[in-house]
Amino acid sequence: MSVALVDIKNISHNFGAVTVLTDVSLAITPGSYTVLLGPSGSGKTTLLSILGGFLVPSEGCVLIRGEDCTDVPPARRPTTTVFQDYALFPHMSVGSNVGFGLRMKGVAKPERERRARDILAIVGLAQAFDKKPHQLSGGQRQRVALARALVVEPAVLLLDEPLGALDLKLRRQMQDELKAIQKRVGTAFVHVTHDQEEAMALADHCVVMNNGRVEDEGTPERVYAQPATRFSATFMGESTLISGEVTKIKGNTTIVKTAFGSVPIVATAQEGAQVTLAIRPEHLLLIRKARSIPFGNARVTAVVFQGSFKRVLADSTSKSGPPFIAKVPVELQVAVGDLVSPCCHIEDLVMLTR
Amino acid sequence: MRAPVKFLSVGYAAAIYTFIFLPVIVLVVFSLQSTAFPIPPFTGPSLRWYAAVLNDTRLTSALINSLIVASISSAIAVALGFLSAWGLARFVLVGSAAMRSLITLPLTVSYLIIGMGLVILFNMAGLPKSLLTAGIGHVVMNLPLCFAIIYSQMGDHQINIERAARDLGAKEWQVLLMVTMPVMWPAIFASLFLSMTFSWDEFVISFLLTRFDTTLPVEIWNLLRSGLNPKTNAVGSLVFVVSVTFAIILELILLRRRPS
Repeated sequence: MSVALVDIKNISHNFGAVTVLTDVSLAITPGSYTVLLGPSGSGKTTLLSILGGFLVPSEGCVLIRGEDCTDVPPARRPTTTVFQDYALFPHMSVGSNVGFGLRMKGVAKPERERRARDILAIVGLAQAFDKKPHQLSGGQRQRVALARALVVEPAVLLLDEPLGALDLKLRRQMQDELKAIQKRVGTAFVHVTHDQEEAMALADHCVVMNNGRVEDEGTPERVYAQPATRFSATFMGESTLISGEVTKIKGNTTIVKTAFGSVPIVATAQEGAQVTLAIRPEHLLLIRKARSIPFGNARVTAVVFQGSFKRVLADSTSKSGPPFIAKVPVELQVAVGDLVSPCCHIEDLVMLTR
Repeated sequence: MRAPVKFLSVGYAAAIYTFIFLPVIVLVVFSLQSTAFPIPPFTGPSLRWYAAVLNDTRLTSALINSLIVASISSAIAVALGFLSAWGLARFVLVGSAAMRSLITLPLTVSYLIIGMGLVILFNMAGLPKSLLTAGIGHVVMNLPLCFAIIYSQMGDHQINIERAARDLGAKEWQVLLMVTMPVMWPAIFASLFLSMTFSWDEFVISFLLTRFDTTLPVEIWNLLRSGLNPKTNAVGSLVFVVSVTFAIILELILLRRRPS
């Protein structure tokens, strides 16, 4: 196991009477790309502010390279932040903006300019050195903010919804570049977003947050395929959720009783526990297949064409049945009002206990 | 139907501008009189009375006094106003709303009251009346204004800019000097020139708080006590020109502000 670069231990934080973080612990390994994913109000930005030193947590501590940095102000900790609104200095040239951190460290001007030019070349803005921030486009300002934060060689770079202000196309493009830049400089990045596609594309380590707690963390592949909680099953991609109860445990097989009958599943749980079975939309089939688990019948309520697939929403005809979400091939003939028979293969079912 | 309306509106506008500017025009025109009385008929143009003003050491030293008091008191008022605006805009303080209204309250108090209060205060403190006490009076008068202008321009969008500077290792004084002040410069200069205009024109406080060396408005008042003559018109015109210069500089600063 690699040594943690940043170790967040049991952090809780409140603003007055409002609790925004509850007992959050997180380890960040060197050179990793960590994404904090969650809806607004989940505490992800507060956690980032605590990492950056803009907030001192009510409880818990932050260790960076083994040193306790909980009370250390931003200026004296080895982190830098890329702000959502970029926060470039409007009265300075791009070169002076990027060189600011080095100037504060007392680096001489020629050295400062050389390093500012080098990092601007890395972010693809070599020609912008003498321009003013207001002469640049949103995407270019974003790169300047990135260069300004990277040039001081922080141990951890913090990015607060860095792509939030960009349009979708530019966002996807910057996303690829961010990842490439991170691999090139090798600095650990911690990136806050509410966009699950962004999280999946960028993260080595994805941390799903909700209500001031960490719901799930791991590689995006793991979090997607085996979500730990109902929240992460529905926030990181969509899922159909079927509730049930554990009736029997046979070896490593658990029998879950649902509105559609008993389902045997390879998982561990307590007998009598209330659980949820989650199915990803691409695994939910609308036409009954041999050796599949059936979920009764459902009436199609919406069909949305998405280019490479169709997204189908259907309501169970059984009263206690769930709403179904499926991704089906474009060729499949399905229309609103059709009666379908949702089912899935047993290996695609994930049992959630939380 | 349309033509009479247009005629009336043009006439109305002309009447308003005449009403506002006629006193100043009369002042300037009769400062160019060549005879001894600033009354019609116009006998000029002549610069005779301007020469008389510039040869009058009482008036020229009062003019220099006024410029000194205006620039130093305005600089102090802006510095104090900027720091209090920054403190109240950026930090969560106990009773900051009350402090904010308390600091702008003197704007509603008449200069006569402020002046009287200062006379009593300086008397008790044993500080003799001088340009210094008048200057202090002008700081008291202009500080609320500077605070109000600068505070109104300290938006939340600058908070992250200051944070970014701190994050990159800037100490608090460096943040102020290298980031906050340059970003705020239009508001800072606007309040500086407005303060200078007010201080330059101010009579009541200067009258109450100076004795031997005094400012130009007080000296003009002394001159007026011996009756009207074109010399008072000439010095009045000079005061007007300086005020207009301050106002133009102010307009240029506000107009040149980049939108965004």
